[in-house]
Order: sequence, then C-alpha cells, then structure tokens
Amino acid sequence: MTALPPFQTVLDDHSGAVMAILQGAVGREGAEDCFQETFLAALRAYPKLGNAGNLRGWLLTIAHRKAIDHHRARGRNPVPVAEVAEVGVEDGIPERDERLWNAVGALPPKQRAAVALRYGSDLPHAEIAAALGCSPEAARRNLHEGLKRLRKELA
Amino acid sequence: MTSATDRAIEGLKARATEEGLLDVAYTTADSPYGPLLLAQTKRGLVRVGLPNQDSDALLVDLAARVSPRVLEAPAELDEVRRELDLYFAGKLDHFDLPLDWRLSSGFRQRVLRAINRIPYGQTRSYTEMARKAGNERAVRAAGTACGSNPIPLVVPCHRVLRTGGALGGYGGGLPMKQGLLELEGVLDG
Repeated sequence: MTALPPFQTVLDDHSGAVMAILQGAVGREGAEDCFQETFLAALRAYPKLGNAGNLRGWLLTIAHRKAIDHHRARGRNPVPVAEVAEVGVEDGIPERDERLWNAVGALPPKQRAAVALRYGSDLPHAEIAAALGCSPEAARRNLHEGLKRLRKELA
Repeated sequence: MTSATDRAIEGLKARATEEGLLDVAYTTADSPYGPLLLAQTKRGLVRVGLPNQDSDALLVDLAARVSPRVLEAPAELDEVRRELDLYFAGKLDHFDLPLDWRLSSGFRQRVLRAINRIPYGQTRSYTEMARKAGNERAVRAAGTACGSNPIPLVVPCHRVLRTGGALGGYGGGLPMKQGLLELEGVLDG
C-alpha cells in the first residue's frame, strides 16, 4: 500500500490533466467549475482513499462524473457557442481547432470522455478505462466510435 | 496571464477553507538564514522547517502524521510570517501564536513546553529543562527533545545550552543558533 502524499502534490501532478479533460468534456465555460467540484470531492474523500496507487485514474473518474453532472444539469445538450470568448493558449493544451473541439463536445458523453482522455491528456487505454469505469475493450470501442463520428462530422 | 487552471485552483482553495477541508495549510517564508517552511492546523502552528531541512520530506511527514489534506495556502499563515519577520528584525521578543503540540508527546512535549517559557534573551541548560519536565536525570532525553522540536524558532530551543555555556546542538546548524543568540543579545556578534 502506498502512503497518501500531501494533497498539494496531487494537485500539482494532475491539475493539468483534469483541466484538459474537463475542457474537452464540457467546454471552457464549465470547466473551471467542474474542476473545483472534482477536486473538492477528491479532497473530501482523500483521507479515506486508503491507496495512492492510481490517483490519476481516481481523479479522472471523479472528473468524468462531474462532467456528466454538468451536462445533465444543462439538459445534456452540448452547449452551442456563438462566439469564442477567449483566444489564447491554456496550459497543457496547444492552441486548438475550435471546430474540432466543438465537434468533440457534441459527442455522446462516453465517446467524448474517451477522445478527450486519449488526445487531451494522452492517457493509455487502460487508464481511460479506469477513468470511465469500464473495460479496456469498451474504452477502445468508445474511442473508436468517437473518432469515426468526428471524421464524418469534419469531413 | 493567469491560466484557467490557476484561477480554478485559487477558487478551489478558497472553497476548501470555507468547508473546513484545509487540515494543514503551509507556505514558505524568507528568513536571514534561508527559506522556512511554515505549517499550521486549525489548532495552530504545528511545524516550522528550518532552511537546511528538506521541505518535501516534512510535508510527507505531515501528511502521514496529521492529515493528508495538506495544501499550500500562504494567506492562512500571514500572521505567523509577520511575527517571524518582526522577530528577525529584532522588533519582537514574544510570539503570540496559537501552537499545535500534537507532533510531540510525553516527556518530550513537557520539555518543549518548558522551553516555550524561556524568555527572550535568556538561556537555560539541558539539565534545567529535564528538571522542569519532571526528570532531572533525563538530560540526554531533554537534549533529544530539543533536537526533535517540531516548532523551532517559535518554541525557542536555541535558548537551551550545555551546562557551562557551550552551544550544544541545533537542527538548523550551529551558525544559526549562534546568530539567533546574537540577535537576542545573549552572545556578542
């Protein structure tokens, strides 16, 4: 069993990845709020976590749930963005193709999360599976379906 | 430019504090001897790390012994930093800070509480501290208690010397002990 590191270390190591998947999953507007909800939930549960073996997968699972809550609260529809509020490079994410990310935002939740985790956070299939709470095969299938749909949308 | 992540982290810490989830707040502060680590719980100041001590190791230790909910939160330690600045400037001879004693226990804690009553600019011997803590013969244990002081500077273990006046030891190194005693006017600079 691995001892729990100071929570600040968890925040330093994983805040970039969590923000990246949330921006991919709910868009920039909702990401800050989902980020805070994610880490508050993590901080509440942290002392009882018991094992620091896969902190990243644990955090991404929480982030995924918060993203789903966010979409539910908004009637599950992707948020149409009339205009891009800010242009700039956020940390961890290169200047990106808004059209692409709008299309990602329009994917069904699991496909969207799989795509964001793979390409936004560069996670391997096993970690995507851990984050989504599904099998690696299911993660791969979601990723595959998501990419297929994106290619069609953007063709 | 503040990134979205920095902004979100700032908001997160404010909300964590409001919800009472900030079990250990810490920051680093400058001193004439190098950076100090300052850590505080809801009870009070729990740990001061001296410049030659490994801050990362101290934080890992706090996570294990107090709570893993350890977050950097400089504003929470403003008062501690303020009093230490005044102390190093020679403008403060008594710290008025709540202390959290949980990192010491038993005889060691009794020694440390006795040390905490040594006035500014005065010194005591390890033997006196052992007696104050209830066991005059435990001089060596009193020395160990000084050496393991979790809250140095504020709990002034630098004011404890060997019988006869030799400096003894100091967690922050003997030049620092010497410097602090010069600051307080005990030794000539």
